[in-house]
Amino acid sequence: MASTSPPPIDIPHQLDRDQLLDLYRYLRLTRGLEERLVSLHRQSKVVGGLFRSLGQEGESVASAFALNRRADGTGDILSPLIRNLGSMLVMGAKPVQVLRQYMAKGDSPTGGKELNIHFTSFQHGYLGQISSLGDLVPIMTGVTLTFKLRGEPRVGMVYVGDGATSTGAFHEGVNFAAVQRCPLVTIIENNGYAYSTPYHKQTAATALVEKAAGYGIPGVQVDGNDVLAVYGAVRAAVDRARAGGGTSMIEVMTYRRKGHAEHDAQPYQPPDEIDKWATTNDPIDRFVAVLRENGWADDPQLEPIDARVEQELDAAVSEAEASPLPDPEDTLSDVYAGETARPHWTRQVPPNPRFV
Amino acid sequence: MSNQRVLESNHPPATDAARQPITFLEAIREGIREEMERDEQVLVLGEDVGAYGGAFKVTDGLLDRFGEGRVIDTPISEIGFTGAAAGAAHMGMRPIVEMQFIDFIACAFDIITNYIATSRYRGSGPQPIVIRGPCGGGVRGGPFHSQNPEAAFFHTPGLKIVYPATALDAKGLMKSAIRDDDPVLFFEHKWLYRRPQLREAMPPEDHTVPLGRASIHREGRDVTVVTYGAMVHKVLDAARALEETDEISIEVLDLRTLLPLDEETIVDSVQKTNRLLIVHEDTRTGGIAGEIAMRINEAAFEWLDAPILRVTALDTPVPYAPPLEDFFLPQSDDIVSAARYLAGY
Ligand SMILES: Cc1ncc(C[n+]2csc(CCOP(=O)(O)OP(=O)(O)O)c2C)c(N)n1
Ligand SMILES: [Mg+2]
Repeated sequence: MASTSPPPIDIPHQLDRDQLLDLYRYLRLTRGLEERLVSLHRQSKVVGGLFRSLGQEGESVASAFALNRRADGTGDILSPLIRNLGSMLVMGAKPVQVLRQYMAKGDSPTGGKELNIHFTSFQHGYLGQISSLGDLVPIMTGVTLTFKLRGEPRVGMVYVGDGATSTGAFHEGVNFAAVQRCPLVTIIENNGYAYSTPYHKQTAATALVEKAAGYGIPGVQVDGNDVLAVYGAVRAAVDRARAGGGTSMIEVMTYRRKGHAEHDAQPYQPPDEIDKWATTNDPIDRFVAVLRENGWADDPQLEPIDARVEQELDAAVSEAEASPLPDPEDTLSDVYAGETARPHWTRQVPPNPRFV
Repeated sequence: MSNQRVLESNHPPATDAARQPITFLEAIREGIREEMERDEQVLVLGEDVGAYGGAFKVTDGLLDRFGEGRVIDTPISEIGFTGAAAGAAHMGMRPIVEMQFIDFIACAFDIITNYIATSRYRGSGPQPIVIRGPCGGGVRGGPFHSQNPEAAFFHTPGLKIVYPATALDAKGLMKSAIRDDDPVLFFEHKWLYRRPQLREAMPPEDHTVPLGRASIHREGRDVTVVTYGAMVHKVLDAARALEETDEISIEVLDLRTLLPLDEETIVDSVQKTNRLLIVHEDTRTGGIAGEIAMRINEAAFEWLDAPILRVTALDTPVPYAPPLEDFFLPQSDDIVSAARYLAGY
């Protein structure tokens, strides 16, 4: 149990101990869930590609944690990227939903139509991405423009990678949000690579956050593997946006320790570079060290959390494995409101092209 | 770079190694490599095409051979590098642009359709560009890594569209596309890339396949099936099955180039079989089957003994889950049913 003596150092950013433990739980949950996905992928139970956020969980979890999270559709909204599993879990996505998505199950959030973490819950405040990089920036500009027009005290957050900052969509979206002073926070996750392309082939800017100046908006760069620093920077940006201060940009410096996806052996990343980040700059290790050193949490508090996370994941995996695949006819729904698409005429008995 | 053009002669000698059967993917790479040897104005641009050799490794080895001036890793900027290819083409270069997945060609739609396709017509000169990339479904890639967006461009005068089905055609058409003075969109069905059954030995000589010519992949008497891309192989499966079970003889016509459309070869075949089925993996409404049917209606109506029919994907986005994607895509059984229906009409 928690020691009764007051902590020697104040917890920053008005966070309390329970919130620190909550952050820790989400970090573990994210990493643990991805580890489960890896083994399911190896068993071919994940039918599509698998994308890891190993080493980036800190910025995902901490940034989402700074939002106003509600489950009733009135809170803040973020739009994650492929490596923001942690952000979605913080907003309220359930591991079983993620597992079902990856495993293409019929009771997954998209009923097997879309893959991995491409799914939406306006109730919980996350808007599913599409694959086209950068597109969610202007989309989130529109989401937050609406908050502004309606006078709602809500904030939006959108993630883009170092690579996606090179898209036209990113530029147009940020610029429009800047002009309209939308309550939008753009998180640039600089993990050093876009697939195989290193930072210096993506941009000639010395820092991506320098782009903020060009849009006339505030920007800060933060150590992405320092959970509390990310939380602090994002919290400040979110508070400013909520208070009518407009859009801003945060560059979180991190590192992609796994390949672009599971199939990628990442030959272009120097092994000692990966190793250095793994051994000296893991966001969870660092957070745990901070918790311990400052007396904010100790092992007897953390270990039961680990155990509960594993239990939760065990249950989620069993549940997802037991889920059914979708019915083929589900293909036909939701192209238009209240209509079903026509099935193949050749599969009617007897085949009849006139009644398609 | 100098503006001089290196002519012929650089052909690899006809060694036995050169005649080993190679995959569809290797055939595309070989086509690109040979054209880069032959003409130093040819260069490759795209995401991860250099040291990594491309997401599917189509351009593997080209950086080592030709250097960073001719194999250029780009930022994630489809508008940027497609536009830059157009500018380079104005200056006499012959750029090959890779879309990491053809689905993302949509990002460059404006540059391709408004700028590149109209350049010659506007008096700004030719645009000898090849825009290529992996397309097609059946690999559980979900809605954004499985598309067949050819119809979106089929409607644009000024573009050519190539969509090969065999290794020999892939290489020969790639070489012709690079040499062509007009912009060519080159669709590579990713399901074909590494199929062992598609391995073919390349002829030792300069192997080109002309744009705008379909090929009769299999001769038949009863029904003409016009198709292209990965569907050629599903149609061939169906044709073999029908031969055995129903003694129906299917003529399989592989379009190879979609734009310009080889109307003559289709008409000739229809005049022989009097029945036409069109099969494509793209969705139905606005798919190119509609255009082909209209052409035959205009040119060969009197020869038809049955309505022109089509088998296509359903009019939905491409779903991820295997039961959904299999339901969505046209299957060999659909082709069998449709051809049987036509044969018995
Ligand atoms: C418009 C567009 N072009 C290309 C791709 C293919 N693609 C998928 S992820 C990726 C690299 C993304 O890098 P980055 O933005 O840095 O994000 P990270 O993967 O590092 O998190 C590429 C090129 C895409 N999804 N969208
Ligand atoms: Mg990156």
